[in-house]
Amino acid sequence: MKKILLSLMLLSTLLISQFVAAAADLEVNTPAISAIKNSMQARHGQLAAFYASGAIGLTKDGLIAVKDANAVPLAQRGALTGLVKDENADRSKLYKEIAVANGHPEWQPEIQSTFAGRWIDKAQSGWWVQGAGGWTQK
Amino acid sequence: MKNWMLGLAFVCAIPACVTINIYFPAAAAEKAADKIIDDVWQLKNGTQKPDANKEAPAGASSAQ
Repeated sequence: MKKILLSLMLLSTLLISQFVAAAADLEVNTPAISAIKNSMQARHGQLAAFYASGAIGLTKDGLIAVKDANAVPLAQRGALTGLVKDENADRSKLYKEIAVANGHPEWQPEIQSTFAGRWIDKAQSGWWVQGAGGWTQK
Repeated sequence: MKNWMLGLAFVCAIPACVTINIYFPAAAAEKAADKIIDDVWQLKNGTQKPDANKEAPAGASSAQ
């Protein structure tokens, strides 16, 4: 009886550790993901001022959008549109690459919605974020 | 006896494997998201270290 109990305990420990190991980390250190991250990091230098002025905001679906084009001088609006488009392309690619890197392409929507919440949580105060009821300022 | 234990091991192990592969690991995804966002927005860069380094020479120079 003791042997059975002991082997059961061993087995459950093994299974739990296996589960924890599997659940502890998602693979995010692939060359593709690093390249997208670097591109987004470089672009953030240009986007930061637009977040602060309220010209752009973080959407509830994990992307960014132009919220108030009037906050930007006319001459810069074309560039801003391009930046937003490039950023959203990178973000979509990032979510897809994380899902693929972990062997589950079907996880992409869930990864995207996880990121959506985290971007908004980590946004600086003064930035605009999109909630269920529309845009709000943090 | 051994067969019984082996059988139990399989019965426990098979659903566990399936569970790991099907369900989305929400906690792990949040952790991964935090890490990537910190990198992209550079929220955890070493701003405190240069400050500490600056203070030491400043203190030394003012003492002189």
